[in-house]
Amino acid sequence: MNYEFGFYVFMLAAFLGFELIRKVSPLLHTPLMSLTNAIASISVVGAILISGEKDASTLSRVLGFIAVVAATTNLVSGYLITDRMLKMFKKREPAKK
Amino acid sequence: MNFGVYQALYIVSAGCFILALKWMSSPATSRRGVLSGELGMLLAIVATLLRHEVVNFEWIAAGLILGSAIGVPLAMLMPMTHVPQRTAISQACGALASALIGTAEYFRLKPHGFIMGALVLETLLGFLTFTASLMAFGKLQEVLSSRPITFKGQNIFNLGILGVAVVLGGSLVVHPENTLVFPVFVGLALLFGVLMIIPIGGADMPTVVALLNSYAGLSACAMGFALDNKLLIIAGALDGSSGFILSIIMCRAMNRSFTNVLFGGFGQLQTSAAGQEARPVRSASPEEAAAILGDARSVVIIPGYGMAVAQAQHKIRELHDLLVKRGVDVKFAIHPVAGRMPGHMNVLLAEADVPYDKLVEMEDINSEMAMTDVSLIVGANDIVNPAALNDKNSPIAGMPIIDAFKSRTIMVIKRGMSPGFAGIDNELYYMDKTLMLFGDAKTFVAGLVKELGSNHA
Repeated sequence: MNYEFGFYVFMLAAFLGFELIRKVSPLLHTPLMSLTNAIASISVVGAILISGEKDASTLSRVLGFIAVVAATTNLVSGYLITDRMLKMFKKREPAKK
Repeated sequence: MNFGVYQALYIVSAGCFILALKWMSSPATSRRGVLSGELGMLLAIVATLLRHEVVNFEWIAAGLILGSAIGVPLAMLMPMTHVPQRTAISQACGALASALIGTAEYFRLKPHGFIMGALVLETLLGFLTFTASLMAFGKLQEVLSSRPITFKGQNIFNLGILGVAVVLGGSLVVHPENTLVFPVFVGLALLFGVLMIIPIGGADMPTVVALLNSYAGLSACAMGFALDNKLLIIAGALDGSSGFILSIIMCRAMNRSFTNVLFGGFGQLQTSAAGQEARPVRSASPEEAAAILGDARSVVIIPGYGMAVAQAQHKIRELHDLLVKRGVDVKFAIHPVAGRMPGHMNVLLAEADVPYDKLVEMEDINSEMAMTDVSLIVGANDIVNPAALNDKNSPIAGMPIIDAFKSRTIMVIKRGMSPGFAGIDNELYYMDKTLMLFGDAKTFVAGLVKELGSNHA
């Protein structure tokens, strides 16, 4: 049974997530939310696996294709907007005389 | 299980995600965090394309290109004030992807036992997050009414729908060959997502978006179990736990319990207060207000969603600069839930180059409010409403507020007398020391800047 191992991985990652987020300053909550939102687009991996299958049925192909599009939209816009937001945080001190 | 290139890349990718969250904890390293997250995602995609099961590339390439073509404008053209909506819509896409993959896997394998259980969880969370995020988007964008809609027995009805969906899901685990049950199950999950958001008012939407983020993560995690993919489990669990703790932090900031947010029906008590409309308020012109601000020793600016809507942050920074030049002590008071997202105000003020150390959090500023000459409230309402402290029956009772009412003079820039997002009247506006400055936040602040700039700097 490989699932037991999976549960260990799940538990450790979940605790790690809690610990990492607790330290984030409230200042960064909005970018953080869009970053984790972007990380959720990891489902693109599953989408690629489904639509790249050798003899996938038409249903799998169509669903997989829509999933790739949706996940990529989430991914690209998530990362880009997070970076756009953080760029604004960056330049504050030097701009002030 | 043999260990090849793609497994190695998956492990590096998981490490990148962890570093991304770690570096995100400080503004100095946060951009590196995004870079690390991007690298992690790139490695995950490349590794997956290298897997020998993946042989058909045209569909994938088309999907990646089309997705990018939608995603880039979504990120670059959205104004900063619409960040919460964008997060909601992008979340809907992510959740849809994960739900569709679950559906495809089900029809392909019709597996028994554990894998089917994981698929049921994945599709349930995916589909309900999909419709719920769309509803949240609609309410934040104000395409739909942001008022909560409640009816008698709503919670029981909603839980009933969810219950039926779970039972059907359970029956699929035992008899996966009943393919007719699956669409019904999907329909109920979609329906529950809609019903779940209907009773929630706009003010609670950020908390809900954070919570839905957590669901989307858990859905990806369930997919990881179904596909036996540890990378999905790790990334999903990181996302699930971070979204969850973020929504708890936000609930705490509003002093509301989790169940209260989900089942509360925020703001529905309001109809009773409709009786007393025309109460007198004092209003002032930009000239008068500018004179008072110019003579003050200390000013606290309290921004809210109104500032975001009017895009007034740049003008406010100019006002801040002028006042500082005159020797006025200017600070910004940031309520943890001001705007529509946690840290929403910080982002906007940072965009306008307001120095960091001027932004003071609620707990730290409240002790100073009694010594403050002027509180300038820009488009904020519920977060300065004393009813939260005084009126036990108010829907926002117990929510911590910025104690603007303690300062010597209060100025409120507001478009009109309409109530705020929670839909409640604000005592603050009727106080003797309150001046209402009616107008669009940006135009009004521009007026103040002009006045202060012209009569000697």
